[in-house]
Amino acid sequence: MTSIDTDIKPFDVAAIRRQFPVLERKVKGKNLVYFDNAATAQKPQVVIDALVRYYHQYNANIHRGIHSLAEEATAAFEATRDTVKEFINAGHREEIIFTRGVTEGINLVAATYGRQNIKEGDEIIISGMEHHSNIVPWQILCLEKKAVLKVIPVDDNGELVMSEFEELITPQTKIVSIVHASNSLGTINPVKDIIDIAHQHNIVVLVDGAQSSVHLNIDVQEMDCDFFVISSHKVYGPTGVGVLYGKKELLEEMPPYMGGGEMIKEVTFDKTTYNELPYKFEAGTPNIADTVAFKAALDFVTEVGKENIRKHEEALTKYAMEQLSGIDGVRLIGTAKHKTSVVSFIVDGVHPQDMGILLDNYGIAVRTGHHCCQPLMNRFEIPGTIRASFAMYNTKEEVDELVKGVAKAIGMLK
Amino acid sequence: MQAVQTIQETEDEIVDEFSLFDNWEDKYEYIIDLGKKLEPLDAKFKIDENKIKGCQSQVWLIADEKEGRIYFKADSDAVIVRGLVSMLIRVLSGHTAQEILDARLDFIDKIGMKNHLAQTRSNGLLSMVKQMKHYALAYNVKLNG
Repeated sequence: MTSIDTDIKPFDVAAIRRQFPVLERKVKGKNLVYFDNAATAQKPQVVIDALVRYYHQYNANIHRGIHSLAEEATAAFEATRDTVKEFINAGHREEIIFTRGVTEGINLVAATYGRQNIKEGDEIIISGMEHHSNIVPWQILCLEKKAVLKVIPVDDNGELVMSEFEELITPQTKIVSIVHASNSLGTINPVKDIIDIAHQHNIVVLVDGAQSSVHLNIDVQEMDCDFFVISSHKVYGPTGVGVLYGKKELLEEMPPYMGGGEMIKEVTFDKTTYNELPYKFEAGTPNIADTVAFKAALDFVTEVGKENIRKHEEALTKYAMEQLSGIDGVRLIGTAKHKTSVVSFIVDGVHPQDMGILLDNYGIAVRTGHHCCQPLMNRFEIPGTIRASFAMYNTKEEVDELVKGVAKAIGMLK
Repeated sequence: MQAVQTIQETEDEIVDEFSLFDNWEDKYEYIIDLGKKLEPLDAKFKIDENKIKGCQSQVWLIADEKEGRIYFKADSDAVIVRGLVSMLIRVLSGHTAQEILDARLDFIDKIGMKNHLAQTRSNGLLSMVKQMKHYALAYNVKLNG
């Protein structure tokens, strides 16, 4: 009974907003409307507090010291690993590797698993809607190994052409690296289908969770992906921290990424033996403070409830798409059936940059440009889009501000 | 042929014009208007060589030297950038390389457009100024070197 009550309880945006101090500020004399959440999300007070508390009370290097501060810092750092494990439902805590973010996670896999397993003539498949960090590391690897990079095409709605995906697979295909949700279009890709198909051909799959981990329930075991990457700052956590999840048996076999302290078991000048997972991939002193505070972000999201957040964001996205497409000259880019809270659009005869500059003067923060997805923009033959992306703290009134701003800006520009 | 007014005089003139506006919308409407009025660059000049790097929009800039004075022409696919570059041309075009190099361009700050010089803007105002000065420097070197 009570669970039903909680389900229908309206999402209390006002209460949520009070948790995010930055939302109180003014930009150019106007209330900030922050719609650049796909670039980075704002931080709740609990995350800021966790950061400050770490530096105030127990800053120490981890895993080595035997003093109390080192023990506390180590416990806090490792607690984040356990929370991440729960957050994505990994099978083992040592499958959680801390990185600087999604970019480092993908580079790590390309440089270790990739270098170890890709040979001349092998093939790697990505999609036409990848951001540059899921393109360039594979290009570098392909160049080094004389391997081939193949691309799943994108249709006019911004969805992957799945029939083409199966066509691309050959006996030489070794890796598929695919974005879970597109940063520029919002499209949620059918990663489960992709993984199932790939696995039938013994192909390893990396799923880029940069945009999905904040919006969708992630269950890496159910998804059965081989690698999954996350950036903390997009999940309301600090910048400079991320996670690489990898299946234990794969991680065990992979060579280390960087050499240094922490990742070793024994070092002599003749030979070094490597530490066990996950430390094998965590050379040097990690970003302790931000990793510790990342836990506060994940706990916060879990407490608010991903399902509640998703419903709220979906309503906003739907409303924004309806309202924006009602403006003369506006064309939505990315109209996939399954989407995260991203609304990308262009206006006939208006450069996205001009729109961005004018909206900023109304206190509205959107992203304009190619969103680090130049190949995708080329696909749609546009220089870029104007992108509004929503988070748990955004409101319908803010969407109204955006719609008003866009209409006014068009009036000024035309 | 004509007594060219100094860079500083043109800068002051622009600052005066902008002092008439009491809100940002009027200011931007004026810049947009300047952008629309800027004579488009011939398609043959819109090539990679003339493109200014580091801009979110495409900006092309060319320079010509006549009797010791440098004349600029530019274009962009974004209208606000066109407006901004049109002001830069009005201020700098037709002056000697040394005058261009010495120009402080304080008017950008005075008309409240300083934020467009910020790196993060990537709208290239800073890159445009740099490129114009770069042309001037090149002519200066050619002249005196």
